Amino acid sequence: MSAVAFSAAHLQEVRRLQALYPERRAALLPVLRLAQETFGHISPEVETYVAGLFDLSPAHVHEVVTFYTLFFQEPVGRHVLAVCHNLTCSLLGAEDVLAHLEERLGIEAGETTPDGRVTLFRVECLCACEIAPMMQVDDDFVGPLTRERIDDVLESLR
Amino acid sequence: MAERIFTRNFDRADSHTLAAYRAGGGYEALRKAIAMGPEAVAAEVKKSNLRGLGGAGFPTGTKWGFVPKQRSGPVYLVVNADEGEPGTFKDRYLLERDPHALIEGMLIAAYAIGCETSFIYIRGEYVRPWRIFSDAVGEAEAAGFVGTNILGAGFQHRIVVHRGAGAYICGEEMGLISSLEGKKGWPKVKPPFPAIKGAFGQPTVVNNVETLCALPPIIARGGEWFAGIGTKSQGGTRMYSVSGHVVRPGVYELPVSATLRELIYEHAGGVGAGRVLKAVVPGGSSAAILTAAEIDVAMDVDGLRNAGTMAGSAGVIVMDETTCIPEALYVVARFYAHESCGQCTPCRECTGWIYKICGRILAGKGVPQDPDTIVDVAKRGIGTTICAFYDGAIGPYISYVEKFRSEFDYHIAHGACDVRPGQPGAGRAAP
Ligand SMILES: Cc1cc2nc3c(=O)[nH]c(=O)nc-3n(C[C@H](O)[C@H](O)[C@H](O)COP(=O)(O)O)c2cc1C
Ligand code: SF4
Ligand code: FES
Repeated sequence: MSAVAFSAAHLQEVRRLQALYPERRAALLPVLRLAQETFGHISPEVETYVAGLFDLSPAHVHEVVTFYTLFFQEPVGRHVLAVCHNLTCSLLGAEDVLAHLEERLGIEAGETTPDGRVTLFRVECLCACEIAPMMQVDDDFVGPLTRERIDDVLESLR
Repeated sequence: MAERIFTRNFDRADSHTLAAYRAGGGYEALRKAIAMGPEAVAAEVKKSNLRGLGGAGFPTGTKWGFVPKQRSGPVYLVVNADEGEPGTFKDRYLLERDPHALIEGMLIAAYAIGCETSFIYIRGEYVRPWRIFSDAVGEAEAAGFVGTNILGAGFQHRIVVHRGAGAYICGEEMGLISSLEGKKGWPKVKPPFPAIKGAFGQPTVVNNVETLCALPPIIARGGEWFAGIGTKSQGGTRMYSVSGHVVRPGVYELPVSATLRELIYEHAGGVGAGRVLKAVVPGGSSAAILTAAEIDVAMDVDGLRNAGTMAGSAGVIVMDETTCIPEALYVVARFYAHESCGQCTPCRECTGWIYKICGRILAGKGVPQDPDTIVDVAKRGIGTTICAFYDGAIGPYISYVEKFRSEFDYHIAHGACDVRPGQPGAGRAAP
């Protein structure tokens, strides 16, 4: 198992983040985000490492990690598709979007394709209901989704 | 069409830049505010009848007034940009299309309450809005609007941009503060209110993005002008997010005295040819549903409260005749069950229980007393919880069942949907 550790540059960024707030611990979410970007997901080892950077207990960090949906405790694919299944998107066909994606990808929501290319999630309202039905593709909001538009998105993901 | 205040700059392709904002008189209101002095600024905001646009509708000037005048430590401004109420997307538009209006609003608020550091909590999924807003802060810093000795007036201010990590409850102000402090986003019992003891234990004003964006125009043109636009108890326009079964979904800015009917039919294009309106949720998913017969109502805080629902976040979700209300409630109940932070037993248990009942009704396994059970269970938790999340959840639970009872009964009696026969539990086909 490879040791979990930030680079010197990242450690400097951690210190910068910690200094932004009246209490260091307020930088925990930003540092966890940095850790996820660096290590791919927040494993127990990453939790322990981050806890050490804050003099917090690993249990506290674990409690925080599990509270938020954007922290991944398991590895995810190279791309993350998050399909909104809340009210407006449901009115306009979110379940069809999900069914089409599940069929095209051969996985169910919550899973990752065996080649590690795509992870598919169901999520609550992303507050882009004007383009419903919609999904988040990595950083971007995409919608209104039709079968063709979904196929184009899948085509573009390497 | 009425004058646009919040969306006045949206038509410019470069509206997010400092140059565009300054070309429209940007940061002049800050200059004026500093010339007026903090008390006069606060008085002007009181006069404007501005009410918080994040959901609770609390008068902004009054809220600022709760910050203790005698204090030894700092005061913080926390900007709620954790937009998460289903059906709402206006803050995203402001972050992306007029970030400098928000920055100027933050500076005016900070000046009025004597605050030198503000935190803006941006929803984690909002990547593009975060980038655009952060760039705007950089521009404002470079231009000397944020930093030390702003406008040569000895006023200093620092903005910390903080990103959330995915949890609806962090939109609730105490949950937001807990999350900002690096904890899970658990709300806390009030009092103490944040104005007395908020972020990092210090007096804190929490304001919504849109609320703060109202400040530069209010200072530039006066509180009376803003108050004159709305109703007696609420000044101004606000941004309505319209989605669902309408021809033109999007953000529409209208005086708060405008009616739901005007918004849906004159602005959003109605429900579309050959379709009939069934129901409208007027203030984000936590607002009680209105039937098609109930939309001749002004959308200000008091107007919608008198109609038995709430203005909330002004997220307007429109449903036409093809909507299966039990299915809509299932989707909404799933959301509240998933997002309850779990701290209060009634909220945790009731949201989970009602979600289960809705699920069995849709699956054709409902029993005749289920609709009554939903209402009974919902009422059990009223007034027993730490935060207003649960009060928000019961808005839809009770109103969907009471106003569309026959649809629930039909599902239970026939194990199928009378609105869309043959496809129980399925969403409408994608176009
Ligand atoms: C469950 C829950 C979720 C909320 N979500 C938001 C939100 O996403 N954005 C927001 O500005 N206010 C939200 N609020 C309201 C805040 O608690 C708070 O009233 C508001 O940010 C104050 O700002 P304002 O007075 O400018 O509206 C929420 C409240 C509750 C109970
Ligand atoms: S009411 Fe619900 S969301 Fe609010 S604190 Fe209690 S359990 Fe958490
Ligand atoms: S319901 Fe899907 S983005 Fe709001």
